[in-house]
Amino acid sequence: MNTGIPIQYFLILATIMFFTGIYGFLTRRNLITILMSTELILNSVNINFMAFNRYLFPHKLDGMFFSLFIIAVAAAEAAVAISIIINIYRRFTTINVEDVDEMKY
Amino acid sequence: MINFSYSIWLLLIPLMMFFILGLAGHKLGPRLSGLLGTSGLAIITMLSFIIAYSYFFGTPKNGEGFKAIIAYNITWLQLIDNLHIDIGVLLDPISVMMLIVVSTVSFMVHIYSLGYMKGERGYERFFAFLSLFTFSMLGLVVAPNIFQMYIFWELVGISSYLLIGFYYQKPSAVAASKKAFIVTRFADLGFLIGILILSFYTKTFDFITLTDPSGPAIAKTGGATFMGLSVITWSMIFVYMGGVGKSAMFPFHIWLPDAMEGPTPVSALIHAATMVVAGVYLVARLFPVYVMASPQALHIIAYVGAFSSLFAAVIACTQTDIKRVLAYSTMSQIGYMMLALGVSGYGGHNGLGFMASMFHLFTHAMFKALLFLGAGAIIHAVHSNFMTDMGGLRKYLPITHITFLIACLSIAGVPLFAGFFSKDEILAAAFEHNKFLFAVEYAVAGLTAFYMFRLYFSIFWGKETQYHHTPHEAPLTMTIPLIILALGAALTGFIPFNKLVTSDGLPFESHLDWGVAVPSVIIGLLGITVAWAMYSKSSNLPDRVASAFRLGYKWAYNKFYMDELYLFITKKIIFRYISEPVAWFDRHIVDGTMNAIATVTQVTSFRIRKFQSGQIQQYAFVYISGVIFLVILLVYIWR
Repeated sequence: MNTGIPIQYFLILATIMFFTGIYGFLTRRNLITILMSTELILNSVNINFMAFNRYLFPHKLDGMFFSLFIIAVAAAEAAVAISIIINIYRRFTTINVEDVDEMKY
Repeated sequence: MINFSYSIWLLLIPLMMFFILGLAGHKLGPRLSGLLGTSGLAIITMLSFIIAYSYFFGTPKNGEGFKAIIAYNITWLQLIDNLHIDIGVLLDPISVMMLIVVSTVSFMVHIYSLGYMKGERGYERFFAFLSLFTFSMLGLVVAPNIFQMYIFWELVGISSYLLIGFYYQKPSAVAASKKAFIVTRFADLGFLIGILILSFYTKTFDFITLTDPSGPAIAKTGGATFMGLSVITWSMIFVYMGGVGKSAMFPFHIWLPDAMEGPTPVSALIHAATMVVAGVYLVARLFPVYVMASPQALHIIAYVGAFSSLFAAVIACTQTDIKRVLAYSTMSQIGYMMLALGVSGYGGHNGLGFMASMFHLFTHAMFKALLFLGAGAIIHAVHSNFMTDMGGLRKYLPITHITFLIACLSIAGVPLFAGFFSKDEILAAAFEHNKFLFAVEYAVAGLTAFYMFRLYFSIFWGKETQYHHTPHEAPLTMTIPLIILALGAALTGFIPFNKLVTSDGLPFESHLDWGVAVPSVIIGLLGITVAWAMYSKSSNLPDRVASAFRLGYKWAYNKFYMDELYLFITKKIIFRYISEPVAWFDRHIVDGTMNAIATVTQVTSFRIRKFQSGQIQQYAFVYISGVIFLVILLVYIWR
């Protein structure tokens, strides 16, 4: 059961990944990079799920399934997001998020 | 018992005509719509005569007199268990008699309008409105309960409004229609209050229950009182207020002369023969309640009627617009009818006044419709409403002349014409009950003869006026109704009303009271002679008389300044001291509060609208900050 790596290591890694994703989401201007940041956030959550499942409820599979779901949903989301980005490019000829601000007051 | 349920068609046919002509009239074209409306009325007239014949002569009487028959009834609105509003048809002597009056006059006016309105804009609309009016008036007449009567009462008001304002391009017609509607509507408020009080205390709307001598309205009068009069009396006075408005009695008479702005056939139908007698009909309908439960209200009716008849007769002597003379004459004659009801008792010979009133209503409808239609033919020929533009017309308009003369003789009470019989009955009834009112009515009889023959002589005799083009007799569609109505005005006096239409349904004996009749005939002839002396030849006699009574003449000529008085009361007092403060309160306090709320909202939203920048990352930043804040809050502070 004990693999030698304490759970805190996983959690610290996940937290670093999560806030890296948030930072990227808030600061990057390129829509593709923002999408990548979103993936980072999702994967950090996956790590959390796996770690908690492994350490707290080793005889159950719920966390694993959640991770699998998130991976599948992330794939689908990436497809949708990229198609949206392509459409935005066609409409504005840019994928800079600051220039895409028509929906305002 | 004969089944009268087919009488519902009296209401359905004109309603159908109204919708057909109103919705599809412009497709049918003027000729077809006119014929359609008139043929609908022909059917109704036939139906009315059939109903009248089988009601008066077809039902077995067994010595009990005429009973009220509910020919058709459906519950329309169930208010509470024992109070419901019905729509139906009630046949009793007065409603059957009114059916004859309304359908006959309406039919004549329809035929007449075919010629009179020819070439007018809105010909189809005119006939649609006439059908609407006929529908409403018949519905009013046959109403078996007071609420249905009120509904149709308002409907006739609306039709009257629509028809007075028929020439809606003319500002004066628009003003007149508004005036008629507002004045009668104000009076109808009293009617509605009366109905509410009455139904609250008696728990019924039904006429048969209300007028039943042992019913709740009459038997229960010992109850609550207010200012010395019983509640039923108060409600009856309020109901009568509606009648005052509709029948143009003093002080709500001001709309009637102005209503003459409408087309002349409309004046003949609505403002002479049918709608304006609705008030008389209303009182007659509730007559047992008036006479047994509220004699004080009946006194008011008598005095209001007498005063109105005198007041209107004096004004009629000075007017020069022929339609206005006829309008005041109508008011005066309706005053007669009201007076007759007011001095009447109930049952047998005591009910002479009731019978006389209904009799006069009937004959008056004939000769007054005839006078108006004749006036229409004259206006049609001369293109003016004013007597001063007329004179010597007897050569040009022979048929109109003869029929107009018959109507004048009838209204003046010359023996053997219809008006003589009915007026004599009224005078006899007044003589038996109230000598003072009787004297007033004698004076009015003389004035009536005078102003009618003043009209007659100055139109058909008098000076020869130079006309732009020779006046010619009206077309056949207009003269035939004149001739038929002239027959009515001459002959209807021989109908034995004392056998048919009485207060309790039982026939009674009545004879001409020569002691009353002879002086009234002499007074009438005196009036005619004075008119002949003054107006049959061109002379300055009228002017001399007018200047001799300068002040009185001026007062009467200006209708005793009633319109000015109304304007003063409404504009100077009600508008200034009530309406304007209320308007100020509404504008500044009520609207001000609402405006302040709106302004605050608008200013605030203008300030904060920059937050919606369109920058997704800003939104995400705010969101994430919020989440972090909540996490800190929940994890570290509110543990």
